[in-house]
Amino acid sequence: MTWRRIAIAVALAGLLALAATACGGGKEIILATTTSTQDTGLLDELLPRFKEESGYKVKVIAVGSGEALAMADRGDADAVLAHAPSSEQELVDKGSVVNRQLVMHNDFVIVGPANDPAGIKGMESATEALTTIADKKAPFISRGDDSGTNKLELKLWDKAGLKPEGQSWYEQSGQGMGATLQIASQRGAYTISDRGTYLAQSSNLELEVLVEGDPALLNVYHVMQVNPERFDGVNGDGGKAFVEFMVSADTQKIVGDFGVDKFGRPLFIADAGKAESELGLE
Amino acid sequence: MDLIWDGIREAFRILGTGDYSIWEITLRSLFISGSAVAISLVIGIAVGSLLAFNEFPGRNLAFTLVNTGMGLPPVVVGLLVAIMLWRSGPLGQLDLIYTPLAMIIAQTIIAAPIVTGFTAAALRSLSPRLRSQLYALGASRLQMLWLVLWEAKLPLLAAVMAGFGGAVSEIGASIMVGGNLAGETRVLTTAVVLEVSRGEFAPAIALSIVLLALIFAVNLILTTVQQQEQRS
Amino acid sequence: MSQAKLSLHDVWVKRRGSDILQVPHLDVFPGEVLAVIGPNGAGKTTLLTVLGLLERPFQGEVLFESESVRGRELSLRRRMAVVFQEALLLRRSVLENVAMGLELRGVPRRQRRERALRWMERFGIAHLARRGPRNLSGGEAQRASLARAFALEPEVLLLDEPFNGLDQPTREALLEELAGVLAETGVTTVFVTHDRDEAARLGHRVAVLLGGRLRQVGPVADVFAAPVNEEVAAFVGVETMVPARAVGDAGGLARLEVAGHVIEAVVSGPLTPDVLVCLRPEDVVLAPPDGVMTSSARNRLTGVVTRIVQAGAQARVTVDCGFPLVAVVTRQSLEELGLGVGDRVVASFKASAVHLIPRPAGG
Repeated sequence: MTWRRIAIAVALAGLLALAATACGGGKEIILATTTSTQDTGLLDELLPRFKEESGYKVKVIAVGSGEALAMADRGDADAVLAHAPSSEQELVDKGSVVNRQLVMHNDFVIVGPANDPAGIKGMESATEALTTIADKKAPFISRGDDSGTNKLELKLWDKAGLKPEGQSWYEQSGQGMGATLQIASQRGAYTISDRGTYLAQSSNLELEVLVEGDPALLNVYHVMQVNPERFDGVNGDGGKAFVEFMVSADTQKIVGDFGVDKFGRPLFIADAGKAESELGLE
Repeated sequence: MDLIWDGIREAFRILGTGDYSIWEITLRSLFISGSAVAISLVIGIAVGSLLAFNEFPGRNLAFTLVNTGMGLPPVVVGLLVAIMLWRSGPLGQLDLIYTPLAMIIAQTIIAAPIVTGFTAAALRSLSPRLRSQLYALGASRLQMLWLVLWEAKLPLLAAVMAGFGGAVSEIGASIMVGGNLAGETRVLTTAVVLEVSRGEFAPAIALSIVLLALIFAVNLILTTVQQQEQRS
Repeated sequence: MSQAKLSLHDVWVKRRGSDILQVPHLDVFPGEVLAVIGPNGAGKTTLLTVLGLLERPFQGEVLFESESVRGRELSLRRRMAVVFQEALLLRRSVLENVAMGLELRGVPRRQRRERALRWMERFGIAHLARRGPRNLSGGEAQRASLARAFALEPEVLLLDEPFNGLDQPTREALLEELAGVLAETGVTTVFVTHDRDEAARLGHRVAVLLGGRLRQVGPVADVFAAPVNEEVAAFVGVETMVPARAVGDAGGLARLEVAGHVIEAVVSGPLTPDVLVCLRPEDVVLAPPDGVMTSSARNRLTGVVTRIVQAGAQARVTVDCGFPLVAVVTRQSLEELGLGVGDRVVASFKASAVHLIPRPAGG
């Protein structure tokens, strides 16, 4: 009956392996962040350093801003890196997150096909550009996923006094920035993207930057801890270590240089320590 | 079209060089889905033989439940398991969320009803007198179970293959409970989605090729065993 | 009276609320062949499964060698063997199937193959050793099933209508072989059948099961010749069945001594010394003792009428010629003959009407 023995041995080995997988053990934190942040590749650069310095392994859960903040609100993460300032503020007011610090910013750009059917190239006002797109009924792809990008986009439509949902030229992809850019590229449509993701993917896209520079298009990143006093199971020390790491001088230098070798210009501008008003935010 | 051709060419290059941790991801897919199916097989045999061989009140209800389980949308299973395993959930203390074990649990819940249903059907299709005859020949309970399973080996194999196919192609639950973490919980399906969302088609195609090859290989095994049986 | 090998006491089997089997008492003696007969649905198979310890009765005790079987079912099952109606072979070679029981008992490989092969030779299927189970004929499959059971050299052998689905010639052949093996091995056997002739051919004693109850148990001749009530009689078929000794044969005619008379019967082959003489009532002609002989029947016996049962246009008349001889006549003939109980009468029958059933030794 050697078959039986072999089967038992395999089963035991399997059980041991299973047990091993469960023991992540040790020092770990869960970081809730957004897909666009992860897609830039910045975290791939920073997290190994964080591990070396602090000993914490970071589990990066990259989802839409809405979900990332919802996770924080449930205590299902230890730290958050997001770019939806007004929603983050709500959590601060609620007491779900603490120690919120400015990290960096980049900007959003309005991109579209090179031939620019709506004729928005070079406009200085984002709302003006969007109004023109609506008038001309030029195809526009929204992320429609409650992400930071999406929230900013909706705020701009709101500012322009427009309601694009349901109109034939306005579509929602429900997906991350990369996928949404792809869709826009394939369809010859307009969309709003953070500069970082756009630059990272531009070689695969047939889209160009048409409108940039409007302060309304600023994309501001904050890091924060999920409040360990409020939720059981939250790693307060780990969260704190991460926040401190993100605003430390060394990290900020890396942030400021990130992307230069690949795209010729940095993807982010490091802001730790600055006052919010300096950035021209409302 | 260029996109696809370029993608395919680049995909083969990736397969050759092992970029994008493609082999590491493949092994993990095999390990996680394989474990889920193995556990499902144990559950399937235990519950399936109970259902097939014993009369008890509520037996029909039990069968209905198993059949319903077979049709459960995987993403719904994923959501339920995630809610349970989140720190904010009832089993949060176990710290299982975003681990391979959590994915095994979710995939087992998805695969187990499939394997159980097929196993029960396979065992039921055997002659009822067969068990009497085996007991009469002096088989103990365990011997009888082993012999009967061996008799039903073909449909059982099909059950395992169906369960494995379901588990390895699954994506919604795997992302929700696994988090698609590089080096830890990223599997073939979740990696494909990630690469596509990044606009990286070549690795997505490479991963898809591996996934297809895997499923093909698994079915090849089943067909080969079936042929051998027919011949003998 | 030797100690019973298997006994049932107050056994009651119920299934889904209805009574399937009720046996106050039944013994199976070592070395005997007990034939259990009854119509379909009478509970014969259930009786067999209870005896084989494959089913636990709702109430009652099963004793093996006078001790309760409780708690020892598996080990006792391994001392018995069962042959069912269908051969139920597994997906393995025929040899492996025949060796299956031995494999389950942990007999080492070489030994079990040898034994299996030996018994396959005994049943004439050694050439099928390597074949798969699928293309066997019904007869071949049942031979395998028999070989499988005998290979275990069991202390008790239970057979449930093993020849039921087979065609007549195959049935005959297998019956013959089985009778031979049973005689050789002397294994305690319980043989279930609905065929009376099979029961008579193989059994020492017969048990009649009707409606889940044992109606009569006793030596074969007794039960068939003297059914205890109408019900049993109806099933068994009232017929003259009487043991006889063969005292010679010449030219296709055998001479048999029965209860002081010598009768002649047409035979086609060699005879066992002990036989059962069977006569259908329709083949017996009655005539007044001093009357003119009109028939050319070779066998003429004088006797006294002991019983007359009228049923519609016919009457069954039992005549005591030293053994009970049953004839059936039309009502009209009965009146013409003016027969009544106690009258002397001559019963005659042709040598060709005599049906002989060879009996096991010591039967």
